[in-house]
Amino acid sequence: MSEKLLELAAHIEARQPDCVIATSVANGELEVTVSPEALPTFTEFLKSDATCEFTTLTDLTAVDYPGRDRRFDMVYLFLSMTQNQRIRVKAQVHESALVPTITDVFPSANWFEREVFDMYGILFSGHPDLRRILTDYGFRGHPLRKDFPTTGYVELRYDETEKRVVYEPVSLTQDYRQFDFMSPWEGAEYILPGDEKKGA
Amino acid sequence: MDGSNPDALSGEQQIRNFNINFGPQHPAAHGVLRMVLELDGEIVERTDPHIGLLHRGTEKLMESRTYLQNLPYLDRLDYVAPMNQEHAWCLAIEKLTGTEIPRRASLIRVLFSEIGRVLNHLLNVTTQAMDVGALTPPLWGFEEREKLMIFYERACGARLHAAYFRPGGVHQDLPQELIDDIFQWTEEFPEILDDISGLLTENRIFKQRNVDIGVVTPEECHSLSMSGVMVRGSGLAWDLRRAQPYECYDEFEFQVPVGTRGDCYDRYLCRMAEMRESVKIMRQAIEKMELTKGEDVLARGKLTPPKRDEMKTSMEALIHHFKLYTEGFHVPAGEVYAAVEAPKGEFGVYLVADGTNKPYKVKLRAPGYPHLAAMDHVCRGHQLADVSAILGSMDVVFGEIDR
Repeated sequence: MSEKLLELAAHIEARQPDCVIATSVANGELEVTVSPEALPTFTEFLKSDATCEFTTLTDLTAVDYPGRDRRFDMVYLFLSMTQNQRIRVKAQVHESALVPTITDVFPSANWFEREVFDMYGILFSGHPDLRRILTDYGFRGHPLRKDFPTTGYVELRYDETEKRVVYEPVSLTQDYRQFDFMSPWEGAEYILPGDEKKGA
Repeated sequence: MDGSNPDALSGEQQIRNFNINFGPQHPAAHGVLRMVLELDGEIVERTDPHIGLLHRGTEKLMESRTYLQNLPYLDRLDYVAPMNQEHAWCLAIEKLTGTEIPRRASLIRVLFSEIGRVLNHLLNVTTQAMDVGALTPPLWGFEEREKLMIFYERACGARLHAAYFRPGGVHQDLPQELIDDIFQWTEEFPEILDDISGLLTENRIFKQRNVDIGVVTPEECHSLSMSGVMVRGSGLAWDLRRAQPYECYDEFEFQVPVGTRGDCYDRYLCRMAEMRESVKIMRQAIEKMELTKGEDVLARGKLTPPKRDEMKTSMEALIHHFKLYTEGFHVPAGEVYAAVEAPKGEFGVYLVADGTNKPYKVKLRAPGYPHLAAMDHVCRGHQLADVSAILGSMDVVFGEIDR
């Protein structure tokens, strides 16, 4: 299985040397990192090349790494029904960068990219209809970013006097608790007495 | 202008397209879906589904809970066939940790995955029939669903939100009486399928409403990311159970039914045939389970709790139990995509683990999401009345689409 994937990786690297930054095989899955600008041409290649034939876009998402300069990972999962093979394509993008859309190559990317825009605030250039999809009309913020609180910022209720739904800042009778169950030997970073100046 | 006052100069009627809202509360919407339809007379020109009315932020919530605490969230995605979703979650964790599950657990998982498939198809076939005017099939179908949900309840204590599949196996072994009852059900069920099929398959009205409606070509299946019955109805024999066998599906004998025309009627026939195949798989699973009587159903280790009697005698086992249910187990850093052939199509979990006890990122790939996205393309040029037939045959459930 993994030999086949390595072969495929070598093939992709040989055919698209300009796009591919790195390839790796882990857990029986092939991952190819490309530059974000190359996404449309690279996915077009994956779709049309006879040894790849990745004609189905299974999923498209992003991962947020707030500490990184290029904050987001765009992740594309493709499936080839004819070759019975899967591939994962990754591209690191900057928070303010425009990612080229792949809706021209894979029409189904339309809703997936809308979701990524909604959840992470990543903008796609050339997308035909980049609206929010899962969140409320007029929602602010991008919920799946790591700096967005799980409780959100607003809550809504039906107001009897105004006869409509009103939005209010979240007020919780009890603070939302994030338990840290990590073992004290691994999870928490304790500063021992006397060690305060160690790092400085 | 609604065309009532003719143009003063030419005297011609001015006609414009009509926009209507389908939902958010509509009996044929199978949940909460608002669809803005642009109509030219009775012909649908454009469909714009507005989803998210059932959005609960599952993926966000999962990032702040341990792997085991996240398991019940998976039940609440496609609440028509809950265990199939749990399956994908367990497979993802087992793939990253490299856990082999005991054979009996594997067989139980297959058995309940197929029960889930029957649960789903029964609901879908019969309510789709209701969308096009038949009232009896849902009544008959729900009676069988009820029996299956009682099997769910007897296995894990809950009718819907089972939390029965666990990383490393299944929660508890099945009692022999339950296995016997399921086996007896598999003997009776084909007859009921024949009854439902007798109501629908050759029914003139049912065929008029479904044949050649919502045709999807194989090329469209690829470009619109379809999976499951949507693909098989169009003649592509693609089934993850066969193509990329997970669990122990490779040792089961079953057919992959395919359609020829890719319309709503073929998808109906596929689902009916799949239920018969599922019953076959269930019978095989029960027969294979005969040989594994008394075996453990959990891969005892870090992922799973110790045995109850060990806990009473061994200090280490007690500590392990406590740590497992507070801190939870750690999953090595890495990324993995695990997919199962859920009744609605390919359900996948893309999991990014960072080595702690909580997932760094989870993306749930719901089969209904791309299917609903294809509504605009598939409905274009159809009659207004066909929209509910197509929506029904796409088999959408908003728990999984909105997540």
